[in-house]
Amino acid sequence: MDALDLARWQFGVTTVYHFLFVPLTIGLGIFVAGLQTAWHRTGKEHYLKLTKFFGKLFLINFAMGVVTGIVQEFQFGMNWSEYSTFVGDVFGAPLAMEALLAFFMESTFLGLWIFGWDRLPKKAHLACIWAAAIGSNLSAYFILAANAWMKHPVGYEVVDGRARMTDLWAVLTNSTAVAQVPHVIGAAFIVAGGFVLAVSGYWLLRTRAPMWRSAARAALVMTALAGAVVAGTGDMSARLMYEQQPMKLASAEGLERDTAGAPFSLVPGIEIPKVLSFLSAHDPNATVQGTEDLQRRFEQQFGPGDYRPDQQVVFWSFRVMMGFGMATVGLSVLGLWLTRRRREFPRWLSRAMLLAVPLPLISVIAGWLLSEIGRQPWTVAGELLTASSVSPGVSLAEVATSLTIFTLLYGALAVAEVVLLTRHVRKGVEEQAPTPAAAERREPSLMY
Amino acid sequence: MIELWFVIIAFLWTGYFVLEGFDFGVGLLAPLVSRNPGEQRQSLQTIGPVWDGNEVWLITAVGAMFAAFPAWYAGVFSSFYLPVTLVLVGLIVRGVGLEWRGKVNDPRWCDLGIVVGSALPAFLWGAVFADLLFDSVPAALLGGAFSLAVCALHGAVFLALKTTGPVRRRARVVAMAASGVAVPVAVAALSGLGTFPALAAMAALAAATALIWRRREGWAFTATAGAIVLSTLAVFMELRLRPFPGLTLAEAASGPYTLTMLSWIGLITLPFVLVYQGWTYWVFRKRVRVEGTVLTHG
Repeated sequence: MDALDLARWQFGVTTVYHFLFVPLTIGLGIFVAGLQTAWHRTGKEHYLKLTKFFGKLFLINFAMGVVTGIVQEFQFGMNWSEYSTFVGDVFGAPLAMEALLAFFMESTFLGLWIFGWDRLPKKAHLACIWAAAIGSNLSAYFILAANAWMKHPVGYEVVDGRARMTDLWAVLTNSTAVAQVPHVIGAAFIVAGGFVLAVSGYWLLRTRAPMWRSAARAALVMTALAGAVVAGTGDMSARLMYEQQPMKLASAEGLERDTAGAPFSLVPGIEIPKVLSFLSAHDPNATVQGTEDLQRRFEQQFGPGDYRPDQQVVFWSFRVMMGFGMATVGLSVLGLWLTRRRREFPRWLSRAMLLAVPLPLISVIAGWLLSEIGRQPWTVAGELLTASSVSPGVSLAEVATSLTIFTLLYGALAVAEVVLLTRHVRKGVEEQAPTPAAAERREPSLMY
Repeated sequence: MIELWFVIIAFLWTGYFVLEGFDFGVGLLAPLVSRNPGEQRQSLQTIGPVWDGNEVWLITAVGAMFAAFPAWYAGVFSSFYLPVTLVLVGLIVRGVGLEWRGKVNDPRWCDLGIVVGSALPAFLWGAVFADLLFDSVPAALLGGAFSLAVCALHGAVFLALKTTGPVRRRARVVAMAASGVAVPVAVAALSGLGTFPALAAMAALAAATALIWRRREGWAFTATAGAIVLSTLAVFMELRLRPFPGLTLAEAASGPYTLTMLSWIGLITLPFVLVYQGWTYWVFRKRVRVEGTVLTHG
């Protein structure tokens, strides 16, 4: 165990943890904005109640997304100073754009929304939640463009041992990013849709109030549509991976040798002929490169070393991502069919909807493990190895200290967050959202 | 172009210290100026709508350092590893405390998090910058004491400016006490620099003391903000010559293409940011009354 191992663990722990909250921020923000818009359009009070109810859950979660996100921005410099020095010229630009174009908008307008219920004209107040929610989604784009560059570096040259950006537009329109952005944002909407489904399911089991039906139906539509986006862009990603990251693709499939007409392995031992070749190149007879042959070629190109990522993790995370993701989307499509034309939600369906919190979360985490562990041993594909990226001056004791602090703090906060969310879900809407008229008389912002 | 980006980064850090400086002070002092839960809410609501936006100044400053001077960013944050870890811990417990305190049954844990989470970064940022300049432990401690005292004063003046009733009265007393600490500490810390902005910063702090005594809260706040601007300026004037041991700005900088692109992006976006953040302060320009907060934010 050395500082590099711990730095990798710290990055993994803090990033996976951060991404438990991010998808909910991305998807739920838009959902709450949609609810408030519905209230403006229809004037129906239950939309206001739902806006405030889900708004509160959104804010509890948002806090965690923000504070765990700050760690991310410092961590590159703290643990990965060699990486930062090498990539900053290219990688820093989308990060700076993220702060300037997305974070300012998100946090400023969210502050206005939280405290502005009684101070802003109704339309301006509605615009604030939209601006905040759009800010969250924009931030996803910039950080994913930076991330995509690590796997498929474009628009740069290496001068004096450092990457120099030559084309910002190429970085922002990287084909890998173009496929990855809708894939990740779509997945975030599945997580958020799943969250709303579970909350609505909980309440549908307890009450016949029609508002929970409309919330659940909206979440079903959102999850199913997002599922279509994720599937389509997943297909795009597979084809790009075939061209750009063959080692990741081969590892995800456990394919050892270059194979023409490669089969798709569902689980070890069960294979569907030619499907991998078809998914990779849209040609059932295309040759897909295998890990062992790639290893040989990489050694010729980059010198001695092991260029294969952890085979077990990559193989299984791919299956967990697909399986759990498809289960969630499948549940939502089934739900849409069963509740069509004002049919009631069957009780077993409401119960099954409770699973829509863990299923998609496990799926997105597995997706990131596939994406980032599958990139190893590189931080920047073909340019910089993870082992060469770590801060040379940071000691094992220092990384161990910060890893321990963050893990304990994050663990405690996770418990607090779950308790808090559960309590507010159980409270429900009635007592905390008065009618607009009553709110006017007292203090319309009383719930924040 | 390299000079321009250094100025922009100095500007972003200055904005961060001026804005989050009073957030930290308010977070630190809220329990001291509040005698009951209503007053505690009143105190914290003065920063409620704005603190998160203020914190983005830090994110932007650090992001800009990463993009414009990668080697500087990498050097600073890897060498100040443990202090920065503690800053992050502070920002985490503080952010969560501020967002959650209105949503928990017993906000005492959140209030503790807000105090600790405000004190840690307020002290540590001063210590980090002082150590960067002087590379000595006593200087770092003095720098930390300076930034902590100035944040406390800045926050106390802000509280006096933004509240009514007993909280306002107590905030004024606390501000007087804080300036009694801040002025001598500032003299000790800033005389080491001896440059014009450093001396002017001392004068601004002294002026703030007189102004708070004469109940000119708006002007006193202008003076404390001015003191922070001037002392940050003094620090960055030194850093311009030696941003990090063994590193010049030119060596640390990104290429001209990146800096040009960043300039256009900054030029286009920063005015919008300033306008809508300014608008937030305009929307919430009224003093926060204790009655108005009985049910709000809690």
